[in-house]
Amino acid sequence: MNDSRFATRSELIGILVLAALLVVVLPLCLDVFRLNLVAKYLTYAFVALGLVICWGYGGILSLGQGVFFGLGGYCMAMFLKLEASSVENTKIQSTPGIPDFMDWNQITALPFFWKPFHSLTFTIAAVILVPGIFALIIGAAMFKRRVGGTYFAIITQAVAAILTILIVGQQGYTGGINGMTDLRTLKGWDIRPDHAKIVLYFFEVGLLFACIFIAQFVRHSKLGRILVAMRDQEDRVRFSGYSVANFKIFAFCIAAVFAAIGGAMFALNVGFMSPSFVGIVPSIEMVIYTAVGGRLSILGAVYGTILVNFAKTSLSESFPELWLFGLGGLFIAVVLAFPNGLAGIWGDYIQPRISKLIGARKPKSGWTDNSVADGAPAE
Amino acid sequence: MLIGQQPKPFLLSVEGLTVSFDGFKAVNDLSFYVEENEIRVIIGPNGAGKTTVLDLICGKTKATSGSIEFRGKDLTKLKENQIVKAGVGRKFQTPSIYDDLTVFENLEISYPRGRTVFGALTFTRDAAVRDRVHEVAEMIFLKDRLNMSAALLSHGQKQWLEIGMLLIQDPDLLMLDEPVAGMSVSERAKTAELLNRIIKDRSVLVIEHDMKFVEDIAHKVTVLHQGQILSEGTMEKVKNDPKVIEVYLGH
Amino acid sequence: MFGDYSIGDLGSIFVMQGFAGLILFSVYVLMALGLAIIFGQMGVINMAHGEFMILGAYVTWMTSSFFQSYLPSLFSGYFFLAMILAFFASGALGMLVEWVLIRHLYKRPLDTLLATWGLSLMLQQAYRSIFGAREVGVELPQWMLGSLHVTDSIEVPINGVFVMGLTVLITIAVAYIMYKSRWGRQVRAVVQNRIMAGAVGINTAKVDRYTFALGCGIAGVAGSAFTMIGSTGPTSGQLYIVDTFLVVVFGGAASLLGTIASAFSISQTQSTLEFFTSGSMAKVMTLLAVVGILMLRPQGLFALKVRK
Repeated sequence: MNDSRFATRSELIGILVLAALLVVVLPLCLDVFRLNLVAKYLTYAFVALGLVICWGYGGILSLGQGVFFGLGGYCMAMFLKLEASSVENTKIQSTPGIPDFMDWNQITALPFFWKPFHSLTFTIAAVILVPGIFALIIGAAMFKRRVGGTYFAIITQAVAAILTILIVGQQGYTGGINGMTDLRTLKGWDIRPDHAKIVLYFFEVGLLFACIFIAQFVRHSKLGRILVAMRDQEDRVRFSGYSVANFKIFAFCIAAVFAAIGGAMFALNVGFMSPSFVGIVPSIEMVIYTAVGGRLSILGAVYGTILVNFAKTSLSESFPELWLFGLGGLFIAVVLAFPNGLAGIWGDYIQPRISKLIGARKPKSGWTDNSVADGAPAE
Repeated sequence: MLIGQQPKPFLLSVEGLTVSFDGFKAVNDLSFYVEENEIRVIIGPNGAGKTTVLDLICGKTKATSGSIEFRGKDLTKLKENQIVKAGVGRKFQTPSIYDDLTVFENLEISYPRGRTVFGALTFTRDAAVRDRVHEVAEMIFLKDRLNMSAALLSHGQKQWLEIGMLLIQDPDLLMLDEPVAGMSVSERAKTAELLNRIIKDRSVLVIEHDMKFVEDIAHKVTVLHQGQILSEGTMEKVKNDPKVIEVYLGH
Repeated sequence: MFGDYSIGDLGSIFVMQGFAGLILFSVYVLMALGLAIIFGQMGVINMAHGEFMILGAYVTWMTSSFFQSYLPSLFSGYFFLAMILAFFASGALGMLVEWVLIRHLYKRPLDTLLATWGLSLMLQQAYRSIFGAREVGVELPQWMLGSLHVTDSIEVPINGVFVMGLTVLITIAVAYIMYKSRWGRQVRAVVQNRIMAGAVGINTAKVDRYTFALGCGIAGVAGSAFTMIGSTGPTSGQLYIVDTFLVVVFGGAASLLGTIASAFSISQTQSTLEFFTSGSMAKVMTLLAVVGILMLRPQGLFALKVRK
């Protein structure tokens, strides 16, 4: 009974295996460059994790997660950019002390909305709150009016398009298409050298597990079951006395905040932020990470993200022209043949064989959560 | 319960209820009253507006005009979930249960506690919840199927499960839309027994086509035709009403 | 932003930009018609619709190149043939896609979105491999290039009027097909009750395939029109897909009149704003307005109140 608050036994094993992989195996096997690449992939895993709750459980497909990833990332990047643009560092500019791209665009004073980003506390609050509140507004406007499904997907996509055009268009304030580059230090601590990358990697993995725990908690709470119930029979939930809209808003907001944390970690780990992570294309790619991992599987989202990105990097390095065929084919294959993604394949094919091999009593699938139900307590 | 306070101790008073869809009046100036602990059956030919009446009471459809008063509250001004909290439960025509959850979880979701986002996050499955779920499961003949996925139930069992989900809410007014449609004869008898057992402390509003079943359970029958009341009274009275015979029973 | 112009100037600007927006309007209407048929009638979200349009654009480009090289004397008329070819090329591809992909997904509308997005990536790469990454421009025949002088300050581009006229014809044809023809009745029957339609002898699989193909074919014609306002590249179509979806949703899906009205208001707003601010801000403001209105009125401009 105790463990069903948070994770079943086999889920706990799954989490431990993932932890071992990310904390021990990868840091030991990979050089700093590759590890930093994994760190970059993992920033998307935050988004995928949020999508599992929002899309997999809640049935709300958002095609605008890049917006929240971007808002989180830009908030963090603004702080880092300001720190990198001290008067000292920018004395060759016509207006020292403001970010270089502002100077290039003939802006002579720091815009008002940049000023609070001198404070790290404010920045961290903004990383969570700006996307969270934005999601709250969109969610409230849409879900309270019963807009859902495909309409919601289209609207979120439009929001992603708008934000991208806006960022690119307002280059004096945002750095435009190139984004915010040349981020250097966090409170005086240089984020660029190898040892900093390693520290940041472990910090990110820690955050990721914090989010996984939150996701697990949500999934095993009654709220998780209500999300599933809503996906099946929205009216039944509504006429059982629940405000369906509020639950959807919650799922959407949590997905947005997860995405924003990922975005902020992206700015820290990769050292820049640009509109190419905000728009429609990256937003849909993030959905496919979730789909590949298995839209109902919390840990699957992490594996899916790492695998797709790893494939993308290696394929686009060696066969750039094949990559889009590969990605497109992957979309189609996952949707047509494996709607439950890797987690489904694991749960349906691999795990039963393993269990058979080692002759174990049949455990419930580990990081596959195909059957959302885990039943009443056995008494 | 409020008894004797008002001159009319009706649980539900529907007055002048009208709804039009693009000019078509599906329900037209309808008035009827349901007393405490009454089983009221609404019958009528297809398209008479029966389901729409239930939709209007539970807030699924908004009325164009008219009022629905329930225990002193005007339901037309409340949201669906507030109407449920006020004490109205609704069963849909096709069994709507959560296929991906177990029978236990289906019932648990309807348990009237932790209905806010925060409440649902912190909800714990304590002894009170388990006892109540088991109690209801026994009533709806599903005691030994609690851990089964609801998708695997038969059609009749799904109907019972949905009735159970309403019972666990303990509503003062229970509305059932064709509860025995598609059931076998023995399931039908069991459902009648179930309904007679659960009406003790509540009123029930039922839509049903099965006349045998209606005769078994109804205290009072309302016949709807083209969004208006054609006849109302005991089954005996309604059956002998020439207007009813003409449009409905006559076929 | 209007401060520097006199009322008369503003009038001319609105009219000129209005006519300049005609081609954009036509592209929107044609794209949205195709999408509305596929989305409104079949519930399929075709994210690859932009790529079907671009196929039409490439076909137009190839036709024009062919005429330029081999039949220069007939060059002035190539556009008519190009549009017909574009229609059939995109329609045929649509038929193939429906058969391979879409027909397996009718019960999962959100999944059609993902699968067709995958398809759009593959098509983009295919265009890049076949036609190259560089954008190509289509040369218009001489008679379409000029403009008509209406008054001193108002000029109307001929190609805009031409495309506009064609759009009207196609719209009427589509309206006829969907609302008057026997086939259109079958489509609507399938939409309303697939099982029943099958039971009364309608070949639902065939209806689906041809409906999808028709929607894609119209996108191909939109591609022909598109060549007049932009150069054609492998990813050009992607830029239009969101706008077009907004047009469909804004108009209230399944409403032909709504689709046209919404295409008109969106394209005209954008085109007019473009005169006063940068192109990107015009787009942002237009999209924001549409999203804002949709949040207040999610059912779109034209929708019936029905019992759900």
